[in-house]
Amino acid sequence: MRRRGYRKFVNNVMLAATGVCTLLTVSVLFVILGYLVWNGGKSIDWDFLTKLPLPQGQVGGGMANAIVGSAIMVGLAALIGLPVGFLGGIYLAEFGNKTFASAVRYMADLLNGVPSIVIGVFAWTVIVAPMHSFSALAGGFALSLMLIPIALRSTEQFLLGVPLALREGALALGAPQWKVVATVVVPAAMRGILTGMILGVARIAGETAPLLFTALNNQYWATSLRQPMAALPVMIFTHAMSPFDDWHRQAWAAGLVLLAMVLVTNITARWVLSRGTAVQKS
Amino acid sequence: MSSPAIAVPIAKRKHRVWSGDESARLLTLVFAASVLLVTVLLVWQLWQSSGPSRAKFGLHFFAGANWDPVAGDFGALPFIYGTLLTSILALIISVPLGVGAAIFLAELAPPKWAEAFTFLVELLAAVPSVIYGLLGAFTIIPLLRNYVEPFLKHTLGEIPGVGILFRGPTLGFGYLAAGVILAVMTFPFIIAISRESLLEVPRDQREAALALGATRWESTSQVVVPYARLGIIGSIFLGLARALGETMAVTMVIGNDPNIHASLLASGYTIAAVIANEFTEAVGKLYQSSLVELGLVLFLITIIINGLARLLIMATRGKGTGMAA
Amino acid sequence: MRKSRTLALAGFAGLWFAGIAVGQSINAAGATFPNAIYSQWFNEYKNKTGVQINYQSIGSGAGIQQLTAGTVDFGASDVPMTDAQIADLKVKPLHFPTVLGGVAIIYNVPGVSQQLKFSADTLAGIFLGKIGKWNDAAIAKDNPGVKLPSDEIVVVHRSDGSGTTFVFTDYLSAVSPEWQSKVGKAPSPKWPAGTGQKGSDGVSGMVKSTPGSIGYVELIYATQNKIAYATLKNKSGAFANADANAVTAAAAGAAKAMPADFRVSIVNAPGKGAYPISTFTWLLIPSQIPDAAKRKAITNFLQWMLTDGQKEAVGLGYAPLPKEVVTKELKQISLVK
Repeated sequence: MRRRGYRKFVNNVMLAATGVCTLLTVSVLFVILGYLVWNGGKSIDWDFLTKLPLPQGQVGGGMANAIVGSAIMVGLAALIGLPVGFLGGIYLAEFGNKTFASAVRYMADLLNGVPSIVIGVFAWTVIVAPMHSFSALAGGFALSLMLIPIALRSTEQFLLGVPLALREGALALGAPQWKVVATVVVPAAMRGILTGMILGVARIAGETAPLLFTALNNQYWATSLRQPMAALPVMIFTHAMSPFDDWHRQAWAAGLVLLAMVLVTNITARWVLSRGTAVQKS
Repeated sequence: MSSPAIAVPIAKRKHRVWSGDESARLLTLVFAASVLLVTVLLVWQLWQSSGPSRAKFGLHFFAGANWDPVAGDFGALPFIYGTLLTSILALIISVPLGVGAAIFLAELAPPKWAEAFTFLVELLAAVPSVIYGLLGAFTIIPLLRNYVEPFLKHTLGEIPGVGILFRGPTLGFGYLAAGVILAVMTFPFIIAISRESLLEVPRDQREAALALGATRWESTSQVVVPYARLGIIGSIFLGLARALGETMAVTMVIGNDPNIHASLLASGYTIAAVIANEFTEAVGKLYQSSLVELGLVLFLITIIINGLARLLIMATRGKGTGMAA
Repeated sequence: MRKSRTLALAGFAGLWFAGIAVGQSINAAGATFPNAIYSQWFNEYKNKTGVQINYQSIGSGAGIQQLTAGTVDFGASDVPMTDAQIADLKVKPLHFPTVLGGVAIIYNVPGVSQQLKFSADTLAGIFLGKIGKWNDAAIAKDNPGVKLPSDEIVVVHRSDGSGTTFVFTDYLSAVSPEWQSKVGKAPSPKWPAGTGQKGSDGVSGMVKSTPGSIGYVELIYATQNKIAYATLKNKSGAFANADANAVTAAAAGAAKAMPADFRVSIVNAPGKGAYPISTFTWLLIPSQIPDAAKRKAITNFLQWMLTDGQKEAVGLGYAPLPKEVVTKELKQISLVK
């Protein structure tokens, strides 16, 4: 009888212990969000969202160019990376030749595992140095390299998830394979594919390391895509490491803006996915 | 009868229309091939750029503890040490907490709570690295400098042996700060994947244990967790891979010291941090190629760890979807 | 009316996306030492002329490297380029001194409100790691009557290739034979003690927040952030601060004997009022700029900087260039082809 009591005791203790683990880890998220919202909320003002940075030591100004710059470079990365990942994923799922497809898959996984700073080094070597200029193009390119494997894998995964019956039904009606893919399979998987793409875009929006030696930074509005461009994550980095209290305040504000953009995108993507797939699984 | 038979000369017959299937295949093939090409180009370029330092130092690069840009002497050891130390420190903190939380969420928690918590944890994974760095610099560093590190120094630092880990000035910056931040960043991976591995364990395993009179904890710890252990270990490797490649959060708190120190309170350097800090100012081919070689080393380490992780996770998945009776 | 506006906007956007620059934009990178005045100058110059000069203060070493790689239009450094570095460039760079500044020794010592004094030997001892506590005898000797705590000294130095570091180590090598033999002068030497931070920002940030720390940055970083800085004993035995007057006094000798390429060191200068860790800081301008519009914009800026720009130096704690140097430099502008 005593043995059972002991076992019950251990059971309750461990339940509590693992619960504490969960609470600890989740509370970290609350601390992050709370601290950021508190400090960032205090610091955000209209100037921050609309003005350019002021010279060192002067109080005030904002990060309008960084907010827009981030949007532009993420847009560039999406323009390059999403089609490549999407169409490549279609190849792997629908038309793939066994060995070649495996090679592509392996390479995509390899690309996914490249540390982000190494991607920056690669982009500097192949774009910045030959072009003799830091540029938004180089930054967008570097970010697209991180987006491609994500888009590729999620496209392939969701296409393979479409039931065979659907494909066979369309083929039985006499449609050629490409038509089946384009008009039946892809739309059926679209929700999942879109989710994967949105999550990928949200991920690269927060990346700093690939931009350090590609887009560098800009105190003003970039006059073209072939010029250096400011980006929010890079600004947070430089301002946080500075000694100026006003720059710290702006770093908090920028952190809040960035986190808001990333989290809202994430939650939207998950919501899109959770509305159910377009096709009933058989 | 449709169109009349027309004798088409052989030369003309070569220009037939490409069928839709072939065009689609070719188009998608081109894009798939471009992924392969760009990855090959990346690896090749890294290899090329690291040429000068590979030629000069050879294998001695990995044993060299001296990083001296002025003298042109570069050694990778302090950075490999720092990278491994901070990552292991991160795992020491995050694995017990993470696996514990995963067990709670998969086995012991009421379903509604589990869903809500899991959602929140997955959001943690989406927080950008630089924001962890921001929080690290402004909240964790002062906390460590003013409370945690003096405490550790005066308690554990006094014990002979273990004490060398807790000596030196309490700056806040350093290996310990980086380890703590990395621990926070690896939580979501360990929790999410461990939880999935635990959920893949077939119901009948749990029910069999419970039917034999085990408590929930006993069923979990003696049946479910061992069954899922490969997946859990896989999640640890994935967390490790993430920690190894982490750049911004670490750069903001590591203290930038290219030397090896025994004390956890000391400043150090990791591979990713030194590349981030020094690449733009690497004057001279040797300096730059040494940094690229460091990048290559990091890439290789993450490939191995990622590969192992995937094998382990797949092994559990295979078991989980085994034939039901 | 509406249609033409939309067309104009579309045309504008099209040009922009095609990568064709709309408006003159020049990129530069380099030293953090003069960033306070450079960022102010470039901002004013933009408001005045519309020419946008985007300066990134990533360190003297990075300024030299990016100029060598050709990714910036000009660089900036507090350490003159060496002959070897100049040889690496396809187009020979011209050194244009812009202002004079002093490297202040900043510190954060709890409980001490008076300004601390350091002699050359004490300073060398601290940065060599030989003097470990704030209440060391050497520091007490320099500061009679000041109650010093027993805290450990935390040395903070630059982790990146820095002109400020070069100037500081140049000074330490001149005043301490031990430093000269053990460490020497370099933009990124092997530091015997301490932690590194990136940029003058990083060093100031760390000293400001870490009790017991000591570092070295251009004076403006100390004044803009209200960090205490020390007064140093100079070659003549008098104590001087890193302010504009003392820095000007340090440059007096060099002004008369300025070499043609403007590469000169003024550390440990003689003279009662001279600040011992003073330096010129230079813009590194390529001697050939093929793009005519860029060349014109840069030479115009140099002209403005040497005349109107100098007036703003004192307001930010830097010293303006001596008149003899300005005259020589105005002549050098014509060498930019």
